[in-house]
Amino acid sequence: MEEIGIDVHAHHHVDPVVEYKASKLGMWLFLATELLLFGGLFAAYAIFRAKYPEMFHEEHKELDRTIGAINTVVLICSSLTMALGVASIQRGKKKLLSLFLLLTILFGIVFGINKYFEYGHKFEHHIYPSTSIFFALYFMMTGLHMLHVLAGVLVLTALLILSLKGKFSENYYTPIELGGLYWHLVDLIWIYLFPLLYLIS
Amino acid sequence: METKAHIEEHHVGYTTYILVWLALIVLTGITVWVSYLHFGVFNIVVALLIASIKASLVALYFMHLKFEDKTTWIFVLYPIVLLALLIGLTAVDVFFRTAP
Amino acid sequence: MANHTVAETIHVPYLEEKGILSWILSTDHKRIGIMYLVSISTFFVLAGIAALLVRLELLSPGKTIVDAHTYNVLFTFHGSAMVFLFIVPGIAASFGNFLIPLMIGARDVAFPRLNLLSYWLYLLGTVIILFSLLKPADTGWTFYTPYSIQTGTDVILLTFGVFVLGFSSILTGLNFIVTVHKLRAPGMTWHRLPLFIWSSYATAILQLLATPVLGITLLLLIAERVFGIGFFDPAKGGDPILFQNFFWFYSHPAVYIMIIPAMGVISEVIPVFARKPIFGYKAIAYSSLAIALISFLVWAHHMFVSGMSEVAATVFSFLTFLVAIPTAIKVFNWLATLYKGSIELRTPMLYALSFIFLFTIGGLTGVFLGTLAADVHLHDTYFVVAHMHYVMIGGTVMGFFAALHFWYPKMFGKMYNEAVAKVAWFLVFVGFNVTFFPQFILGMEGMPRRYADYPPQFHTLHEISTIGSWILGLGILIMALNLLRSLTNGEKAPDNPFNSLSLEWQIPSPPPHENFEKIPHVTDWTYGYGKKNNQEG
Repeated sequence: MEEIGIDVHAHHHVDPVVEYKASKLGMWLFLATELLLFGGLFAAYAIFRAKYPEMFHEEHKELDRTIGAINTVVLICSSLTMALGVASIQRGKKKLLSLFLLLTILFGIVFGINKYFEYGHKFEHHIYPSTSIFFALYFMMTGLHMLHVLAGVLVLTALLILSLKGKFSENYYTPIELGGLYWHLVDLIWIYLFPLLYLIS
Repeated sequence: METKAHIEEHHVGYTTYILVWLALIVLTGITVWVSYLHFGVFNIVVALLIASIKASLVALYFMHLKFEDKTTWIFVLYPIVLLALLIGLTAVDVFFRTAP
Repeated sequence: MANHTVAETIHVPYLEEKGILSWILSTDHKRIGIMYLVSISTFFVLAGIAALLVRLELLSPGKTIVDAHTYNVLFTFHGSAMVFLFIVPGIAASFGNFLIPLMIGARDVAFPRLNLLSYWLYLLGTVIILFSLLKPADTGWTFYTPYSIQTGTDVILLTFGVFVLGFSSILTGLNFIVTVHKLRAPGMTWHRLPLFIWSSYATAILQLLATPVLGITLLLLIAERVFGIGFFDPAKGGDPILFQNFFWFYSHPAVYIMIIPAMGVISEVIPVFARKPIFGYKAIAYSSLAIALISFLVWAHHMFVSGMSEVAATVFSFLTFLVAIPTAIKVFNWLATLYKGSIELRTPMLYALSFIFLFTIGGLTGVFLGTLAADVHLHDTYFVVAHMHYVMIGGTVMGFFAALHFWYPKMFGKMYNEAVAKVAWFLVFVGFNVTFFPQFILGMEGMPRRYADYPPQFHTLHEISTIGSWILGLGILIMALNLLRSLTNGEKAPDNPFNSLSLEWQIPSPPPHENFEKIPHVTDWTYGYGKKNNQEG
C-alpha cells in the first residue's frame, strides 16, 4: 500500500481526502441509478423473451453478430485504455494519461460509427422500433446505451482537454477516476446487451 | 492555497490490467462460440454466466471495486437485489395469470 | 459580498446578502433549502386551489362549475403538482437541505454545486409541467396505459417534466447519502445522529434507487407515443399491466419518500416538547431503514383489480402487511416518549400530535386496502382517496407544518404569533377531518374516484366534504399569513427558543454562512432531555 498525496481543490472547507472519497462514493451511487434505469429495460426484455421465445430467436437473426462482436471488443479495449489512463496519472505520467484518454475516445467513436451503420442498415430494410417487440427492445436498449456512450465521449473529451492543460497529477486525478468509472459502466452494460440481443439461440 | 493530504491507494499494476483485458477477450470469444452450440434453455444461463464473469472482472479490477470499502459494496449489491426483485416479482405476475 | 472580506463572510448570517443572483447562484445548502421551501409552498397552494375547484365541482350532482373533461384536467394537475412539485421534494429538499449539515456538524452538503443543479433541474421540471397546462393532460397523475397512449392531450410534455424532476430527486438523494456517510463531525457516530438524519438517509436511498425506474417507465411511455413501440399495447404483443408494474415499482417507494421525512420531524419535535429522551432510538432509526427495504416489495397492491395474477396478488398482499410493522414500531415509540413527559402544547407539538393520530388512521386504512378481498370492493373508490389524504395530509403535511413552526425561528431569525398559529392549527385539523373522513364512508358506499358526477344518494357527504375543504383552506391561509407577516413584523428569535439539544440550535438564529465557527466535537446523542446536567429554561 502506497501513500499518495492529494492536493486541495476544495471549494469549501472539506478535507481533501474526505472530498476524494466522497466523490468516489458519489459516482458509485450514480452508477447504481444507471443500473436501475437500464434495469427496467432488462426487466421488459426478460418478460417478453420468456413470452415470445420464437420471435426473439427468429428476429435476432437480422442482427449482425460480427459487428456486435467487434463492438464488444472495441468497448473492452476502451475500458483497458481507460484503466491504463488512471494507472498512468496515479504514477504522475501526464502525457500517457492524455494518450490513453485519446485512445478511449477513439474507441468510443468507432463504436458509434459501427452503430450508425447498423441502424442505417436496419432502416434500409424497413426495420424500426415499431416493427416488433424484439426490435423495440433492440432499439431502446442499444439506443439508450448509445446515448450514454455519447455522453461518455463528451466527458472524456473535456477531461482530455484538461489533461492536455496539465490539470492532473499524481496528487489530483479525481475527475479522471470518476470519468473512468462512468466509462466502465458503459462497457458493463454492453457486456450484457451483446449476448442478450445478438447471441440468442 | 494548496496543502497535501494523504490517502492510501492500492496500485494495480499495468500487467494486471492487460491480463484482465485478455481474459475479457477470451471470454467474449467463448460466449460467441457457445452460442452456436445447442443447450436449449441453458444457452441463456451460460450466456448470462459468462457475461457476469466479464462484468465482475471489469468491476473488480478496472473499476477498483476490489479495493473499495463496505459502503460502496453495499450500494453496488443492493441495486442488483432490487433489480432481481423487479424482474422476479413482475414475472410472477405476468406468468401466473389465469385466463379470463 | 461588497462589505465583507472572505474571512469575515463566514460569520455573516446566511440571509444577509441581497439580490436575486445571490440566491439563484448560491451553493449554500441553507439558501437552497429556503428556495425549495418557497417553491414547494407555492405549488402546494396552486395544487391546493385546483383541489378546492375539484371539491367545488363535487358540491352537488351534475355540472356545478366545470364539464367532465375540465374536471379530469383539474384532478390531473392537482395530483401531478402535489405529488411531483410539492410532496416528493417536500420536507427532504427543503428542511433536509437546510438541516442535514447543521445536525451532523458540517459546513455544507458533500456536493454543494450538485445541490444547486438539483434545484435548477427542479425549476426546469416545474416550468415544463406548467407549460404542459397549455395543452393539459387528463390521464390522472398515474398516466395509465392504454389511455395515456391514446389520449390526444399532451402527455409527453407532462411526463417529460416529471422525468426532469426525477433527476433532481436522484441527485438530492445522492448528495444526502454521501453527506451523511462522509461529513459527520468528529464524535458524531451513527448512533448519535438525530433521528431526522436517519429518516433523511432512508429517504435518500429511496430517491436514489426507485426514481430511475420511473425514469425508464416514462421514457418507454414517450417512446410508445412517438415511435409506436408496443410494450404496453396488447395489439402489438405488449401488456398494459406491465406499465403499472413498472410505474408502481417507483411510486410505492415514492410514498415512503413522502412520509419518512415527516416521521423524522416528529421524532425531533416530540422529545423537545415532552422534555424527555426519545424512547426506542435504535428501533426508530432501524425502522426507517426497514421501511426503505420493505417498501420495494409491495408495489402491486396498487394493482389488485387490474387483471394481474391472483397468485402474485396474494404474495403482495402478505408483503404489504409486513411494511406496516416498522411504521407501527415508530408510533409506539413516540407514544412511549410522550408517556410521563412534561408536555408543552406549542404549535409544533400540536401538529406532531395531530400527525400521530391522523397518520395512524391513514396507515391502518392502508392495511384494509392491502387486504385482497377488501380491496376488490374499495379499489378506485373514495376510500382510497380518503386513505391517501389521511397519510399525505394527516401525515406528511402535518409533519411539514410541524417543521415549519419548529424551525421557523432558526431559519428566519423571527418568532411568529403563537396564538394565531394555534387558531390556524385548529382550523386545519377540523377542516381536514371534515373534508376527508366522510370520504371513507363515501368509498364504502361505492362512490368511485375521479368521477365528475355522482348519483344523488352521495350528495350529503360530498357537501360536508366540500365545506370541510373551505375550513381547511381558511386554516392554511391564516397560517400562511401569520408566517409571512412575521418575517418582517415578528419578534427577534433567540438562538434556542425551544431549548432543544441538537446542533442546529446551538448556533445563532439565523445561522451564519459557514454554520459553525469551529466544527463541534460530539460526545453524546441529542436527546438528553430531563437530565440534571441539562441546561433548561
